Amino acid sequence: MDAIILQILNGLDKGSAYALIALGLTLIFGTLGVVNFAHGALFMVGAFVAVTVQKLFSLSYIEIDETRTDFLGNPLKVEMPYIDHWFGSATGAWMQDWSVPLSILVVVPFMFLVGFVLERGLIKHFYKRPHADQILVTFGLAIVIGEIIKALYGANPIQTPPPSAFLGTVDVGVMLGFEPNAIAYPTWRMVYFAFSAVIIACVFAFLQFTTFGMVVRAGMADRETVGMLGIDIDKRFTFMFGLAAAVAGMAGVMYAPILSPHYNIGMDFLVLSFVVVVVGGMGSLPGAVLAGFMLGILQSFASMNEVKALIPGIDQIIIYLVAIIILLTRPRGLMGRKGVMEE
Amino acid sequence: MLGLNSRDFKLFAIVCIMALVAPILLNPFPTDSALGQSFNAGYPALMQRFVIFGILAIGFNILFGLTGYLSFGHAAFLGMGSYAAVWMFKLLSYNVLPAIVLSVIVAGIFAVVIGYVSLRRSGIYFSILTLAFAQMSYQLAYSVFTPITNGETGLQVYNADPQILMSPGDPTSPHLFGITMNGQTQVDMGGWSFVFQNGYYLAALFLIASFYLSIRIFRSPMGLMLRAIKSNQTRMSYVGLNTKPYMLAAFVISGMYAGLAGGLLAAMDPLTGAERMFWTASGEIVVMAILGGVGTLIGPVLGAGLIKYLENIVSKINDGILHSWFSFLPDWLDNLLVTVIHPFIGKGWHLTLGLLFMAVVIFLPGGLVQGGQKIMGLFGRNKKSDAKDGAKTPAE
Amino acid sequence: MSILEVKGVNKRFGGLQALGDVNLSVQENTVHAIIGPNGAGKSTLLNVLVGKLIPDSGSVMFDGQSVLGRKPHEIAQMGISRVFQTPEIFSDLSVMENVIIPCFAKRDGAFRMHGIESVASEAGITEQAEKMLDEVNMLDKRHMTASSLSRGDKRRLEMAMCLVQEPRLLLLDEPTAGMARADTENTIQLLKDIRKQRGITMAIIEHDMNVVFSLAERITVLAQGTPLVEDTPDKIKDHPKVREAYLGEAQV
Repeated sequence: MDAIILQILNGLDKGSAYALIALGLTLIFGTLGVVNFAHGALFMVGAFVAVTVQKLFSLSYIEIDETRTDFLGNPLKVEMPYIDHWFGSATGAWMQDWSVPLSILVVVPFMFLVGFVLERGLIKHFYKRPHADQILVTFGLAIVIGEIIKALYGANPIQTPPPSAFLGTVDVGVMLGFEPNAIAYPTWRMVYFAFSAVIIACVFAFLQFTTFGMVVRAGMADRETVGMLGIDIDKRFTFMFGLAAAVAGMAGVMYAPILSPHYNIGMDFLVLSFVVVVVGGMGSLPGAVLAGFMLGILQSFASMNEVKALIPGIDQIIIYLVAIIILLTRPRGLMGRKGVMEE
Repeated sequence: MLGLNSRDFKLFAIVCIMALVAPILLNPFPTDSALGQSFNAGYPALMQRFVIFGILAIGFNILFGLTGYLSFGHAAFLGMGSYAAVWMFKLLSYNVLPAIVLSVIVAGIFAVVIGYVSLRRSGIYFSILTLAFAQMSYQLAYSVFTPITNGETGLQVYNADPQILMSPGDPTSPHLFGITMNGQTQVDMGGWSFVFQNGYYLAALFLIASFYLSIRIFRSPMGLMLRAIKSNQTRMSYVGLNTKPYMLAAFVISGMYAGLAGGLLAAMDPLTGAERMFWTASGEIVVMAILGGVGTLIGPVLGAGLIKYLENIVSKINDGILHSWFSFLPDWLDNLLVTVIHPFIGKGWHLTLGLLFMAVVIFLPGGLVQGGQKIMGLFGRNKKSDAKDGAKTPAE
Repeated sequence: MSILEVKGVNKRFGGLQALGDVNLSVQENTVHAIIGPNGAGKSTLLNVLVGKLIPDSGSVMFDGQSVLGRKPHEIAQMGISRVFQTPEIFSDLSVMENVIIPCFAKRDGAFRMHGIESVASEAGITEQAEKMLDEVNMLDKRHMTASSLSRGDKRRLEMAMCLVQEPRLLLLDEPTAGMARADTENTIQLLKDIRKQRGITMAIIEHDMNVVFSLAERITVLAQGTPLVEDTPDKIKDHPKVREAYLGEAQV
């Protein structure tokens, strides 16, 4: 029992990442009708925003500390982070420690900007082009973004620790009445799941309860009609692209401590997220979230030793296997609408 | 001639000649000159890649170009073909004939299974299904199927392997009835040296045969049916045609081409690994076809050649070479240019590839062939009607 | 002799009875129109005939053979051709190729692996297609891409694609829907010519009474998924039940 709960928990954080990326993919597909193969790259850009902020916060200059001396008796040279200098050492240290959550403040406007530029500069020219062209151009874009990241940050994964307060594990088992240490779960993953849940809830609330969201939902259902009502749907859709990019960016920032960012994670997550979107049903937001968590949890179950002993290699292929089975039994995914993307 | 109309025959003849004289044609600069070091492509290892990936792209084009079904998992068949070929080397002998035959058969069998399942869906669902199958093959090659694939080490021939048909005195590298693949003749003429390698010519013959077959398929009733499927599946069935076997046939033929390419890769160099099946490899095939011109006969071959050429050239260039090119410029300009170009060369090749690819999709959706037609169209108005005609038929 | 026999066909969509106990018999060598107000079940019936929908009960016999459970391409191979509301043609192919494809389908069946010999070498097929295009006055347009044709020509082309297969039964789904007056007249004329020259059996589903009465030899009126009456055009015109169902309130 405790093993099962542990696996469900293990699946949640990966599932959250899938769900967030898939949510953005679906938003873009549903509103703009564009298949965005560069969405994983946006997730990766988010993760590297966290890396960058952490690096910036630790940028230092050399200061001579007159009060101390090194072993030769000369005044000690110490590295003084700029932020310590500006905000005082207590605040500075706190900011360094909390650099990942603080990156959220940077990533949201930054990704909105990136999304805006991409949509206006590139994607908008592809609304009327075949889906295959959209896939291809965004695929090219994903390669380019990945390579730029590689050129800037190198090819190796970069460790990006979470705030020290979240470093340990939470003993979930005790809370549920199991033995101590039966279910120990890393605190940051817990935070990640909670964060994702909040973001998902916000996106749904936004679409459900604001006029803007209503128009967008109507636009997803029937773009032409809404356009005929005299509503400038294009502007709203540009905003939606920015929003989707921001969601992917936030997902990436918070994921940086879980998986040290490197230039390929965009592609890795994209392939899986696309499978998630297709399993959930192209164009269905609840389907994307549901499938994201479902596949995340299934994947973590499949990596249990007991399961692997039963079916060797299952942990490697479970997502694809599920995708194949679902697509064959439910042609439009779990919650997909008829006729979407079948031409 | 050869059952081709005169236009197709001309094209075919050009491809034949190009393939046969490539070792000369691709070495335009003296071997030891700076330009020759950077831009000559007429050495066997690179030319093999041109023709082998050309075969791969021709096959992919039969599926994507004619039917519009975008397979994102085509590299799986390439990988399977390679594994099959290496196993033939291990079990029988280094003769490439059984290896290549088996690689085509194995890829064909897998294509039947994967195609049968994937073709039950269309559009992006088809793309994702093929991607899923390819990724599964890749992952399984690294895990459960290690006994067959030798996992991360990669599959290769060991001394302890049975090689039951091997008789003493046989070459210990891939050969065709004694003609070794890596055997070559070097001809030196002035500053030029041309290398004619057996392996390259075997692959080139396969390219010529593949290309010929692809022309025949394009011009056949089946080719017409496949284009009709791309255009309107509803009408297809109301005309009384069953689209499924046509699609499956296209998928399997296309998979067998990929298997052949995989077998040839192994014949040139008898080892292989799972990375040949990774989805970026599949993506590269798509890029080749698009770059050259999807649905055209020659486009994919051009695309494959260009990508492999650029990959080779661009990744070879380094800052030193750039400095030597720009040495006639003032130092500051030289340094500036090198700094600007630096990210795109050497290890930055993929960045160049990505940008090139985007540019083609954005500005030239028809690929190089369409670009060529556009340029031709600029010359002389009387040729305009010709160019229009050419655009309509899936020619060239 | 009746070529198409529909007996006791029922089809429900959830709570909606789309077809209720439909009996219909199309005689060979007649033009049979099926009319009825919106939602009368005309399209549902048509989709049953071509194998797109499977009815809950009842039987559909074409020339003594059941069509139920057969796929659209199998039914087409039996000799039923269909013309759609908006012409379904191969837009990316040339006009000639559009007609060649049905010729192959007629000669070689639903699938044949003929990937080697070239289309151009099939003299018989090419000749057949050219003759057909000539018959619908489109021979001069044979090299045009189908998508660049005018709407009327697309309809003509679709008709040619059906006729070249010499179908036993031609189903027409509102062939003049959304057409301008002149195009409608042209289409009526085209259908009349075809009728006269080829003596083909047709079943037309139509909204436009003008079209119906200028073509049909038998008319079935469908209302709420059930055939109301079946008779000759003259009798239908004056039938009180028809006026009530079709034209709204009866003018008593």
